Amino acid sequence: MQTPKVLGGIDFGLMDPETYRDMSATKVITADTYDDDGYPIDMGLMDPRLGVIDPGLECRTCGSHSGSCNGHFGHIELAAPVIHVGFTKLIRRLLRSTCRDCGRLALDEAQREEFRERYDRAKELGDDPHDVLKAAVRQARKAKTCPFCGEPQADIKHEKPTTYYEVQDVLSGDYSEHIAAAMQPDEEEDEPGTSPQELAEKTDVSLERINEIMAGEFRPRKEDRRAIEKALSIDLTEEDMNKLMPSDIRDWFEDIPDEDLEVLGIDSADSRPEWMILTVLPVPPVTTRPSITLDNGQRSEDDLTHKLVDIIRINQRFMENREAGAPQLIIEDLWELLQYHVTTFIDNEISGTPPARHRSGRPLKTLSQRLKGKEGRFRGSLSGKRVNFSARTVISPDPTLSLNEVGVPDRVATEMTQTLNVTERNVEEARQYVRNGPESHPGANYVRRPDGRRLKVTEKNCEELAEKVELDWEVNRHLVDGDIVIFNRQPSLHRMSIMAHEVVVMPYKTFRLNTVVCPPYNADFDGDEMNMHALQNEEARAEARVLMRVQEQILSPRFGGNIIGAIQDHISGTYLLTHSNPHFTETQALDLLRATRVDELPEPDGEDETGPYWTGRTLFSELLPDDLNLEFTSSTGDTVRIENGQLVEGTIDEDAVGAFGGEVVDTLTKMYGETRARVFINEIASLAMRAIMHFGFSIGIDDESIPPEAEQQVDEAIESAYDRVQELIETYEAGELESLPGRGVAETLEMKIMQTLGKARDSAGEIADQHFGDDNPAVVMARSGARGSMLNLTQMAGSVGQQAVRGERINRGYEDRTLSHYKPNDLSAEAHGFVENSYRGGLTPEEFFFHAMGGREGLVDTAVRTSKSGYLQRRLINALSELEAQYDGTVRDTSGTIVQFEFGEDGTSPVKVSSGEGSGVDIDAIADRVIGAEFDSAEEKERFLGERTPPTNLSEHAGPGLNKAGGLGVESDD
Amino acid sequence: MTEHEHVTDDMEAVVEATELPSRLKAQVYETIDAKADEYGDVTIEQVTDIATGVENRYIETRVDPLDPVGTVSAQSIGEPGTQMTMNTFHYAGVAEIDVTQGLPRLIELVDARKTPDTPMMTVHLDGEYATDREKAHEVVWSIESTRILALGDVSTNVADMLVRIDLNDDTLLERWPTHSNPSEVAAIIAETIEDALGVDARQSGTVIEFGPNEPSYRELLQLVEQLREIVFKGIEEVERVVIRKEEIDDEEQFVLYTEGSAFGDALDIEGVDASRTTCNNIHEIYRNLGVEAARETIIDETKNTLEEQGLDDVNVRHLMLVADIMTNNGEIDSIGRHGISGSKDSVLARAAFEVTVNHLLDAAIHGEYDELDGVIENVIAGKPIALGTGDVDLRMGSRVISDGGQPTDDGDAPANERAD
Repeated sequence: MQTPKVLGGIDFGLMDPETYRDMSATKVITADTYDDDGYPIDMGLMDPRLGVIDPGLECRTCGSHSGSCNGHFGHIELAAPVIHVGFTKLIRRLLRSTCRDCGRLALDEAQREEFRERYDRAKELGDDPHDVLKAAVRQARKAKTCPFCGEPQADIKHEKPTTYYEVQDVLSGDYSEHIAAAMQPDEEEDEPGTSPQELAEKTDVSLERINEIMAGEFRPRKEDRRAIEKALSIDLTEEDMNKLMPSDIRDWFEDIPDEDLEVLGIDSADSRPEWMILTVLPVPPVTTRPSITLDNGQRSEDDLTHKLVDIIRINQRFMENREAGAPQLIIEDLWELLQYHVTTFIDNEISGTPPARHRSGRPLKTLSQRLKGKEGRFRGSLSGKRVNFSARTVISPDPTLSLNEVGVPDRVATEMTQTLNVTERNVEEARQYVRNGPESHPGANYVRRPDGRRLKVTEKNCEELAEKVELDWEVNRHLVDGDIVIFNRQPSLHRMSIMAHEVVVMPYKTFRLNTVVCPPYNADFDGDEMNMHALQNEEARAEARVLMRVQEQILSPRFGGNIIGAIQDHISGTYLLTHSNPHFTETQALDLLRATRVDELPEPDGEDETGPYWTGRTLFSELLPDDLNLEFTSSTGDTVRIENGQLVEGTIDEDAVGAFGGEVVDTLTKMYGETRARVFINEIASLAMRAIMHFGFSIGIDDESIPPEAEQQVDEAIESAYDRVQELIETYEAGELESLPGRGVAETLEMKIMQTLGKARDSAGEIADQHFGDDNPAVVMARSGARGSMLNLTQMAGSVGQQAVRGERINRGYEDRTLSHYKPNDLSAEAHGFVENSYRGGLTPEEFFFHAMGGREGLVDTAVRTSKSGYLQRRLINALSELEAQYDGTVRDTSGTIVQFEFGEDGTSPVKVSSGEGSGVDIDAIADRVIGAEFDSAEEKERFLGERTPPTNLSEHAGPGLNKAGGLGVESDD
Repeated sequence: MTEHEHVTDDMEAVVEATELPSRLKAQVYETIDAKADEYGDVTIEQVTDIATGVENRYIETRVDPLDPVGTVSAQSIGEPGTQMTMNTFHYAGVAEIDVTQGLPRLIELVDARKTPDTPMMTVHLDGEYATDREKAHEVVWSIESTRILALGDVSTNVADMLVRIDLNDDTLLERWPTHSNPSEVAAIIAETIEDALGVDARQSGTVIEFGPNEPSYRELLQLVEQLREIVFKGIEEVERVVIRKEEIDDEEQFVLYTEGSAFGDALDIEGVDASRTTCNNIHEIYRNLGVEAARETIIDETKNTLEEQGLDDVNVRHLMLVADIMTNNGEIDSIGRHGISGSKDSVLARAAFEVTVNHLLDAAIHGEYDELDGVIENVIAGKPIALGTGDVDLRMGSRVISDGGQPTDDGDAPANERAD
């Protein structure tokens, strides 16, 4: 087997026409592609020497078939040189900075030295060398004559895209009339005019000559002309535009010496400027422009082929016309046409040039367009590629899975394979996979013999093939439980958007995930789809397992807390379980804990009429490690105290176990390791689900209703706010309103009204709040942080409040009013989008309309934001992607430039330490623990001092952890 | 370490033997000292335990070698971008001044725009200027640009071709606190007008009159227009100054917030505490205080922007990295095609970002060579990237290790071991 070559570097440069010819597989002279029999025409655009695309045909250059032949370049001999559009700016610069006669750069030695130095410096510092070139050209352009041969330099005019003119001042054709007119006496201005004698005296030109000039018989020489111009203060010249043909430019550039190019930073070895003028056009291989056969058998050619056909046609016509001695005008027209086709072949989006179009009117996609943009070669095919061994389908939740797992539909599992290298130890296993065939689940799709031959496993041959499987064969077996795969949801905004999961093969068609991994993926189940990638070598599988598994991603590097944890109903569940600390009988308690590894209840907390009981907090404590001590304030507001693994007091809610920095999960992950945290999150989720099912939890429209007297109170509160607003308006209209510093009176009024109405809504909310019991499901959700807020509740039960567009009350609509329902210049609350009703009570038509206005703004905002922040993210990642922490603690880019001497000034990892924590090492606590109390065991001491790393296991399915982390501790297989 | 009375030489030896950086060692000594006071005595064993505990915890919290910190930081800033509001204006700490907030402000910072959308300065004051309202106002008047309309009434007399300014006595004395006579101030104003407009101004008391040199109605109106633009006092760029009393270091101090910024000019004003005064234009900071200050400002500004949006949990270390790469050259580079991404060494990396074709053509002219050592280039070339596990050059031989623990073959497996 041939050793794969590794790309060491890429050298960029222009190519010499001679090299084109040498590299070319054939010269292309025929504009046609296929003959009547459907075979490619010799020396045509589909010449088999340029490579083959039809299966079965053989490449005439390399002898291989389609698929293994990459294709070969051909060439077209252009009848006349044409300009390469990509270099028009540089061509203009070179024309302006070099001598029209000797081709040398119009800079003296000192200046040359300066620019040479600047160029070297720019290269060293990584600045743009093109800036130096521009500066040098600007300098050289100032020279009126060539410092080497003394030739006066003409100005160059560039008519976009590819025409250049030399502009020179020459004597205008009607010079005699001009002179005569200037010599005429001007009655109005009271000027006497000039007689020929006077002119002769003034200009020091003989009278005879003057007369001759005035008669138009003699063209004045330069000096004479200047003198006359001065004497009569007129301009006798006109601009003469001499068109520079590409061939002229090519000749000009050939004279530029290498050392002059060096000053401009042009590498003469790699790119001579005359090569920017094309004399030979390379014809890309057939494989880069494959033709497609349509359903009706007709061939449809690629855009590039179309363009090449045009070029060859014009090229032919050009040659024929020139040989026939056609007039210059026709030749020039054809030349321009040839230029146009070559230009659009290279770039079809040049401003000022009509794009070449397909017959259907669609602009052709030529070379530049193939490279550019998001779907172009660079971003679309090189930086990002489509891959094999991937699957995509809808996701749905499955709380019975571990967070490390993903449910894979069986039809995906039988399609995607893993390579099994057959060894002494797994021959039997491998044969069994093959024996099962491609359709029954743990089967195989292909086998590969040691000679490299791949055989498809079919239902028919599987039995037979299974017997043949020997050592060193490879079997492409189906995905089975415990395989590691990569799972991803777009947009992949952070690294937790791509994580590794272990496969659990399942029936039906969706990917199944545990709901606790929704936050990192930002997934929900309203139709979201996700992608899965099967890994194809051991290196990748090992890295995925060790670095990318979900449990390794529990902590987010953004804020150094956990991003995986309980969400929504889990939090409502733990809240119900621990808030009022309810009692459970033995059956109930066992039922709650049945999905966890706990199979024995602790001592009962007490006894009541029904027998022994266990409290919710005790049951929750069963999931905690025995030596956990914690104290923090919950989002419900009470103090949570955990002593020696027992929840002594407090409510377990979002701040304790939630995703985004739940204290318990965070501490567990940092102190007891990822595996322990994974076990805890899995168990808390199932305990919470059991708990919420035990209590029953639902929400309906009646849960937001408040008694009539409360409704009345709300109305009163809003009414009084209306009165206050009215007062404000009256003071304003009386001109008595005092403006806030730096604000106008009208602005002040708006602010005050907004404030008043904001308060009105809040008090409506407070009134409503008083009438909700603590067991109201909406209240439970808002308090525990599971979902929703008190504001949502206020809007549902109290009053929706002020609608705003651009942070102001609604002021748009008709002239001086928002809707025709109101009087012009009505400043009242209801006329500017205050919604006094609640969602439950229902909105009036006007309110509904204003609400929709506010809602629309939100939608627009989201749409704009996603595109803007997407671009920001792309730029940030592009700028920072090369930075890496080194063994010495510095942060450097891949070329070795130091960006930081220590990451974040102290080398602390953002994953393990959050921003506010300082160095993250709590010396005081460590000292207290060491001095304060004896360790119970040497083991505990070792663990506390970090001498012993917390146990971890690499799989939930293989090795000692097979029984899903059964047993009390977590078993380790490392 | 003599400063810690309870730390013996033995203890010091133990602590010094750890890999801790000096700042943590110092903290360990302090803690030991404090604990010795608290518990009465600390044994050498306990110190050893503490040192090991601290060292292990320290090593655990260090960023891993070969960690792709750049990408992680970029994601950590970019990801919350989706949660930010687009609403341009919002009121910052000071309700009176509008400041660009949210995503637009973040984009503006990362773009390193020459002037922010809403330039502003926070001016802290020195000594008694900070505590005395009168004194503070003196600074206000020398910062806020004073134009004619703030000083008095302007009227035009078409018949006599005259512009007449009636200055307000009180305003004059208020804004020029060093003068006690309004007409003195009026004289200064008249002089400024003469210099700026090139006219002769007659001043009597607090009335100034002037007209075009040659009678022309157009000229007269133009003069009025130009008159409005003249800045008589303060910094031209600063439109407005808001003065606020704030609690700083247990002391009530006046702090000035300005709309518009001219950092260099503001620092020169007497009464301004240059060490605490800041500005939200990173380029002004760079010009006046240098690149390190600019870096600090980028960190502060991005941090404030995120905090204002309730994203206060984003780790500052990410913001530091962004600020560091922006200032790595010694000047401020933007993030994007005109800055860092556009000045990368690799042609392919530049071409893959933006303006693909131009980069390729320029590379050809300058005969550039792409070493393919960056990330994007290697993705394109299909090679492992030199970050994380891709940056490890360790290879294992494929031969069986014999009894002696020595590989039968030497450890240097051929480089293409992995390939076959």
